Amino acid sequence: MSLQNLRAIASIYAFELHRFRRTLLTGLLVPVITTSLYFVVFGGAIGSRMTEVDGIPYAAFIVPGLIMMAMFTESIFNASFGIYMPKFTGTIYELLSAPVSATETVIAYVGAAATKSLIVGSIIFLTAHMFVDVPVAHPFAMVGFMLLIAVSFCLFGFILGVWAQSFEQLQVIPLLLIMPMTFLGGAFYSVHMLAEPWRTITLFNPIVYLISGFRWTFFGKGDVAIGLSLLFVVGMLVVCISVIGWMFRTGYRLKK
Amino acid sequence: MASIIEIKGLTKRYASGFEALKGVDLTIEEGEIFALLGPNGAGKTTMISIVCGIARATGGSVTVAGHDIVRDYRGARTAIGLVPQELSTDQFERVIDTVNFSRGLFGKPRNDAYVEKVLRDLSLWDKRHSKILELSGGMKRRVMIAKALSHEPRVLFLDEPTAGVDVELRRDMWKLIGELRQTGVTIILTTHYIEEAEEMADRVGVINKGELMLVEDKTALMKKLGKKTLTVVLAEPIDVVPADLAEWGVTLGGEGHELDYIFDTQAERTGVSSLLRKLGDLGIGYKDLNTRQSSLEDIFVSLVHQEKAA
Repeated sequence: MSLQNLRAIASIYAFELHRFRRTLLTGLLVPVITTSLYFVVFGGAIGSRMTEVDGIPYAAFIVPGLIMMAMFTESIFNASFGIYMPKFTGTIYELLSAPVSATETVIAYVGAAATKSLIVGSIIFLTAHMFVDVPVAHPFAMVGFMLLIAVSFCLFGFILGVWAQSFEQLQVIPLLLIMPMTFLGGAFYSVHMLAEPWRTITLFNPIVYLISGFRWTFFGKGDVAIGLSLLFVVGMLVVCISVIGWMFRTGYRLKK
Repeated sequence: MASIIEIKGLTKRYASGFEALKGVDLTIEEGEIFALLGPNGAGKTTMISIVCGIARATGGSVTVAGHDIVRDYRGARTAIGLVPQELSTDQFERVIDTVNFSRGLFGKPRNDAYVEKVLRDLSLWDKRHSKILELSGGMKRRVMIAKALSHEPRVLFLDEPTAGVDVELRRDMWKLIGELRQTGVTIILTTHYIEEAEEMADRVGVINKGELMLVEDKTALMKKLGKKTLTVVLAEPIDVVPADLAEWGVTLGGEGHELDYIFDTQAERTGVSSLLRKLGDLGIGYKDLNTRQSSLEDIFVSLVHQEKAA
């Protein structure tokens, strides 16, 4: 850990938020519209036929899943783009030649991406309230969970951005891996609704534990024990930090 | 003068096995303009990249202002401003924002007066609110210099500052570099235009295939390796060089109006007076004489040839 150049952290953080501000309208309007669409389709059309899941109204049941899904996508996209763009345009030279440590770099980029991701998550939460009553059993745990998810997925996105050597590579993991895993990870249903062997197979999907944990903070119950969910979030955090540490030690795809 | 950069035994081998630097030793004095001259692929950019922290050295050591570039990278990098060869900018940012950003990145507190001075010196002040993408190529290069100067570095690296720039802009750049040196900043520039090194530098290093072939004061280098050409402008044109002049090795130029004689200024007998006497004996009249110093280009070509012959 090396934290001396706080001004550099502040500069990168401000630069990244400024980049988000340029696309403020789409950045914030899109999650609101998407969430509303989900409520119209899932909450309204389908929800009217399947009233309750685990004793929770279906429209309310999907809220945690919706927030998680948006935050996964936002976090990965923003953090990966944030570090990939300087690589792509060549402006990374300045970061590499600046008196900035690896820790400072990661805090700045991941911090900025996580901030935006948390804003989007909160907007979806508020939008959902316009459609349905959503109880929150453990508000502090909910905020804490959002924070952990934002940070760990932004770290993951950062890794992706350093790894990617083309825009296609940048897209491939979120679209072909994270998106299906989220849909199959119980964003819109309870794992208990599945028949065997799908139920057991689903339990190999780490996303199940993340969504279940977040749902627990709302309704006091999830598909798996909350302790297990926490273990997965922290596990992901540790793995990502280790990979980033290795990347900076070896100069992986950053330094020649 | 005190040294500001010490490079010792610097080597760089890329993963492909290519040896870009083969043990370079170099000391840069504070306040000088040092030109690193060499053909494309000689190792100029690799060397700069290592000193600035963009690439890792395979072996050897570098200190900048007394700070080791690996162990004390913060100290070393704080002293350096880098303007790379490629025009890489954040196209959507405004000029003043990007310069302030650079200053912050290097850990310096905001200083509007200083940034204004840098922008004015670079004739960018009027463009400070423009987005970078609206600027011309020459202006973008200036923005990159402003970014590099934003944190008050003691050393400025300019990697091929005039590559792909038209003649007028090149002159502008030279003038600018001359003005920068007045501020006391040490300047290291790489170039493959000999004219540029000759125009700007106090000292010149010639690098080829990863090896520093020589480092000399520019004037000493010119003197040491410099040959002069004497041009005799004839009163009447001649068709062939008279056989009597063979021992001087003169050549005919200017459609028979000129005789060129290359001589070594350092030699005991330059052969100039004997040549002129001989011309008089032969009854060849001349109306003008002029001598010209060989350019760094000639010197460089002969150096590279020596290398090949060895």
